Amino acid sequence: MKKVNNEIPIKYIIFTLTGICLVMIICSFAFNGFASPVKNAVSFVVSPATKGMNKLGFYMINKKEDYEKFKSIKEENESLKKQIADMQNDNALSVQDQNELEQLRKLYKLDNEYMDYETVGARIISKDTSNWYSTFTIDKGSDDGIEENMNVIGDGGLVGIVYEVQKNYSLVRSIIDDESNVSAQFAQTSDKCIVKGSLKLMNDGVIQVFNINKDAQINEGDMIVTSNISSRFLPGILIGYVKDITNDSNNLTKSALLTPVVDFAHLDIVLIIKEQKNTGEE
Amino acid sequence: MIGGNMLRKIIIALGIFICFVLQTTLFKFLALGNIAPNLLLMLTFFVGFIRGKKEGVYVGFFSGLLIDICYGRVIGFNALLLMYIGFLNGAFNKMYYDDEVTLPMGLVCISDFIYNFVFYVFQFLLRARLSFGYYLIHIIIPEMVYTVIITFVFYKLFLKINSTIEKYEKGSAPSFD
Repeated sequence: MKKVNNEIPIKYIIFTLTGICLVMIICSFAFNGFASPVKNAVSFVVSPATKGMNKLGFYMINKKEDYEKFKSIKEENESLKKQIADMQNDNALSVQDQNELEQLRKLYKLDNEYMDYETVGARIISKDTSNWYSTFTIDKGSDDGIEENMNVIGDGGLVGIVYEVQKNYSLVRSIIDDESNVSAQFAQTSDKCIVKGSLKLMNDGVIQVFNINKDAQINEGDMIVTSNISSRFLPGILIGYVKDITNDSNNLTKSALLTPVVDFAHLDIVLIIKEQKNTGEE
Repeated sequence: MIGGNMLRKIIIALGIFICFVLQTTLFKFLALGNIAPNLLLMLTFFVGFIRGKKEGVYVGFFSGLLIDICYGRVIGFNALLLMYIGFLNGAFNKMYYDDEVTLPMGLVCISDFIYNFVFYVFQFLLRARLSFGYYLIHIIIPEMVYTVIITFVFYKLFLKINSTIEKYEKGSAPSFD
């Protein structure tokens, strides 16, 4: 079967490749971004393919959901038509309210910072290969002005943070990732806490909240936003709603679970905030 | 004219690329309970098992390298891991027969377990995520099962591709140096 060959014996190949791997592992700890040129070259080939396949994936998942929903939609349609009539009435009223609100805001000089951030849209093109992490690739990179540590929002809430930037793509760590830590606070009471992703809780659609002061006056359903003392996240971005508040065994702090507002399973397009938190270090 | 040897290299390279793209996109949508099968591991196993240690090692190395370059926290980690899995499966090359299915499925199962176990130890245990039992039940075993099922589905197709290339190689054998 096998041809007589005078090639290199397998053990030398193994030794050489192991050596190469170990050198690369050491290099990636020692020098940040030493493989950037290679990464760019590879992404040049891989990105177009992943983009296309991802679209196909979304198409399929939509079709599947369409089919599941089809039956209930007819009934829903009937009741919705009735609702529309009611809502048109309400809408007229709320437009008036809106105008009034805007006037009041101007009066009180409430500047809504959250709306004022300059953002850039990006599409998610692929997800981490392993089942251990929740990181994903977006199709914008340093060419589009993306920088490391920029905040990523979408679906009306915080999605994550850019942790690696290459020429035409970047990697985003979502807040449900096991390595993610976000300094946050309760919107009403400004009690500080830490929001931490967890692989264990990911399937239940929740993440963990730590280090809440024992005396904090908080209730289930309270809103959690990014805190103003965070070093990487801009203040006031909505993360989610708290539930299952429990006292820690140390009797000094409380912890809880948090339901993110972002639906990570169906996330397609995200916004990257181009402004970065000014920590006054420079 | 392309020699059979060259053709095989091109097809395997294409295979790595396709598996990688599918694994990061389409199979993330087909994931059951957030678990997607490990296609690159399947390819590494397959080439190692059918073609022997040397090719298994190369395929494992380059598949791993591709993962590392695109998603790795540490470059070289997946390359090292998959390379040894290719080598391990290559060691069973002598026991390969066309009709046997139990052994290859067992091998891919064990390969996937080893891959995820090592992954857990280095990436999670070292960050003090101690509850191995939880990860075993919720990540490792589902991925094992899913990967074995996918391998089972594609196994005959792979054999077909392999035998086609072998035929082509024999046809162009005289021109082989």
